[in-house]
Amino acid sequence: MSDHSEHHIVPKRVYFAVFATLIAMTWVTAWVSTVDLGRLNIFVALSIAIFKASLVILFFMHVKYGTKLTKMIVLAGLYWLILLLFIAMCDLWTRTWMGVPGR
Amino acid sequence: MASHVVAHKPAEHEPVNTTLRHHFASDEQQKDAATIGMWVFLVTEIMFFGGLFLAYFAYRQAYPAAFASASGKTNLWLGAANTTVLICSSLTMALAVHAASLGKKTLLVIFLVLTLMLGGAFLGVKAYEYHDKWVHHEVPGAHFECEGCDDAGHAPLFFSLYFGMTGLHATHMLIGFVILVILIVKAQKGEFTTKWYTPVEMFGLYWHFVDIVWIFLFPLLYLIDRSHTGLK
Repeated sequence: MSDHSEHHIVPKRVYFAVFATLIAMTWVTAWVSTVDLGRLNIFVALSIAIFKASLVILFFMHVKYGTKLTKMIVLAGLYWLILLLFIAMCDLWTRTWMGVPGR
Repeated sequence: MASHVVAHKPAEHEPVNTTLRHHFASDEQQKDAATIGMWVFLVTEIMFFGGLFLAYFAYRQAYPAAFASASGKTNLWLGAANTTVLICSSLTMALAVHAASLGKKTLLVIFLVLTLMLGGAFLGVKAYEYHDKWVHHEVPGAHFECEGCDDAGHAPLFFSLYFGMTGLHATHMLIGFVILVILIVKAQKGEFTTKWYTPVEMFGLYWHFVDIVWIFLFPLLYLIDRSHTGLK
């Protein structure tokens, strides 16, 4: 633990910039949902959500200024979440591809 | 690591550090330990909500038509407005931590109270939405109806997940209110110093986490197939 966050105080303008981006992206995602992009709609919606969540984690939750151990714990948590969602969804998405009964 | 092994011996006239527990070498180490512990807790929370998100994705891909038309029953404007309110409360929480780190007591109390009020406004809107669903028979059960829904037989799945996920999220906010009130009282008493405001900062992590959950709930529950179901 050699990389302490030693009294790192994030300047207020960073918070306001993140806040403005979050608000803007909220209304962008609401608007873009009304445009028919077919199957792309959910990918756009999730990309915007992931972008917003990343801003909150990095700046509001100070992970950007945190120790390496904190960063590793956050990434490990997200890694397990991706394993849970991705592996389960790979199964569900591909079950119908073979036309085998018993779906 | 080696630097922490050296015990901190207070000098003759150094004031006693009452907020540093004896098993920590320094304020920094104590704070790092708290941050790591809080994040480990939040990771368990990620997995807790993760199970519900998996259930959501599994049923959404199985019954896309039911999910699309049932999602059209939610109120997009209220959802977007409520997301805005919650992001505002995240900002006031971040500013509360900022005020605490600078030792500005009055400002800290003001921002904590603002966070509580914005959280209350969010749950107020949520309660209105729940009531709206109730009177329109959109709560799964014996009297469930989904007027004009495609594949209405599977629409209760969407609403079960809607109430389950937003309900669990709202429960987290209620727990947050209790902790916020405790923090406001402690802050008012002047218990937090620039050296030790760990409870404020750790609660901030919790509050932002709850915000992140909503950042995902909003597009997944309110914004499915809006180009066809239209704005409401």
